[in-house]
Amino acid sequence: MRRERRRVVAAEPVGPYTLLRVDRGGLDTGVPGQFFMLEAPGRVLPRPMSVCLAPAGELAFLIDAVGPGTRALCALEPGDELAVLGPLGNGFDLDVRRPLLVGGGIGIAPLPFLSERLGRPPAIVGFRSEWHAEAAALLPGAEVCLEPTYVTELLPDEAHDVLACGPEPMLEALRGLVPDAQLAWEAPMACGYGACYGCAVELDGELKRLCVEGPVLRAAA
Amino acid sequence: MLLNASGCLDALTAPDVARSLDAFVTKTITPEPRGGNAPVRIAETASGMLNAIGLANPGRDAFLTETLPRLRELGIPIWVSVGGFSAAEYAETCAALEDVAAIELNLSCPNVDEAPESAAAIVAACRAATTLPLYAKLSPAAWDIAEGARAVEAAGADGLSLVNTLRGLALDPRTLRPVLARGTGGYSGPALKPVALAAVYACAAAVEIPIVGMGGVASGGDALELIAAGAGAVALGTILFSDPFAPSRVRSELAAEAAARGFAEPLAARGVSQTSLQISVSKMGNSVQKVPGNGPKVTA
Repeated sequence: MRRERRRVVAAEPVGPYTLLRVDRGGLDTGVPGQFFMLEAPGRVLPRPMSVCLAPAGELAFLIDAVGPGTRALCALEPGDELAVLGPLGNGFDLDVRRPLLVGGGIGIAPLPFLSERLGRPPAIVGFRSEWHAEAAALLPGAEVCLEPTYVTELLPDEAHDVLACGPEPMLEALRGLVPDAQLAWEAPMACGYGACYGCAVELDGELKRLCVEGPVLRAAA
Repeated sequence: MLLNASGCLDALTAPDVARSLDAFVTKTITPEPRGGNAPVRIAETASGMLNAIGLANPGRDAFLTETLPRLRELGIPIWVSVGGFSAAEYAETCAALEDVAAIELNLSCPNVDEAPESAAAIVAACRAATTLPLYAKLSPAAWDIAEGARAVEAAGADGLSLVNTLRGLALDPRTLRPVLARGTGGYSGPALKPVALAAVYACAAAVEIPIVGMGGVASGGDALELIAAGAGAVALGTILFSDPFAPSRVRSELAAEAAARGFAEPLAARGVSQTSLQISVSKMGNSVQKVPGNGPKVTA
């Protein structure tokens, strides 16, 4: 866990989202599915963001401006500085034989980096609208569906190692369909390193910290 | 001396952060295990944050047999935060604790339903149960916090921890319903600093026992202000969430801020806010008199 002040390289619109690219400095990229806490200018707490892409010398985060913190992050401009802490949490297990990436909405965020590390396996991503689906450009070759079609309707019959990130109803549906799927979950977090106990989720009947136990969890867990 | 505020750090998941402090304060331990409140448990506000964790902890027995031995391996002084729902429960946990640097009695968690007995009664019961240093953590939501401070001092407390969070509520702007599943939560962060300063200022003038000041400390300057109000030690809370490396930064800033004001060391500033500043009134008067023109005529 390192914390560095890093410089914004670019903040590029991708459909309704923003791809925030920062120079990497001495930070490690981590494993796909791991996340960083990004200082949100003017806010008390940083925001957790998974790595979307890790080109040479950079870390890129796909951000949906849904609240004051994410809006502040999306408003950053090249040259601005922000504190970046990470990598944090447990990423995807990359030791899989027949990977299939599944994403929904802003849940596509960790998949481009994951796809690169796994050698561009097949992927299915679903979005609310054509505008949102512009983010699929980050994942070349992915099969794209729009509501009212859901990604779960497009799952192939043959067995795959599913690695997924998306809205809770999508992950819950996948959990029922693919018991050994690796699912990346989300929860409000103040710290990202196990200090605040804010990101509690119920696992095995107990409330546990998603930042420590996850954010990637086995569906059967 | 720099500590963490109880509940703002897990030394076992972040041992290096704990080692950067002079002592580690545990999350509050209750007699029985508690899973804590249902999510959502935290919400950011304009100038701070709310939490409603709900005293999640493994319970006294598991803490003593599993957690505490591992905490001892860190090699730093351990303060155990003790909670309960009756004076007897607090006292039983205090009696079971040995070889820790201090016990902090959490007399003021805003996130549990059960109302504890009076702070002084709990301190008296714990005093009879242990010879370890007892710090009483008080709520700033008291009409006269100095009165409460005097009461726990008289009951045998060795020190005060000031302050706990204040109860607050955040509503989702779209649904106009509480963000936190519990409804209200404890308010902390930058907005709490003036509240903490006022509490430390009032209590330092009222009691002889030492005070650990906490509430919205994000910099060495903030820490110096709490010391100036009367604190002998400072704890970091919300700032640890955004910056786990805050302890070393705050420590070096504190030394620099104290030195810049002519103090040989930070604690030399302890309580200075309680004494009036020496200003030469005649000099100020003279300088005003020199103002030419039709300005107000001021005589020294």
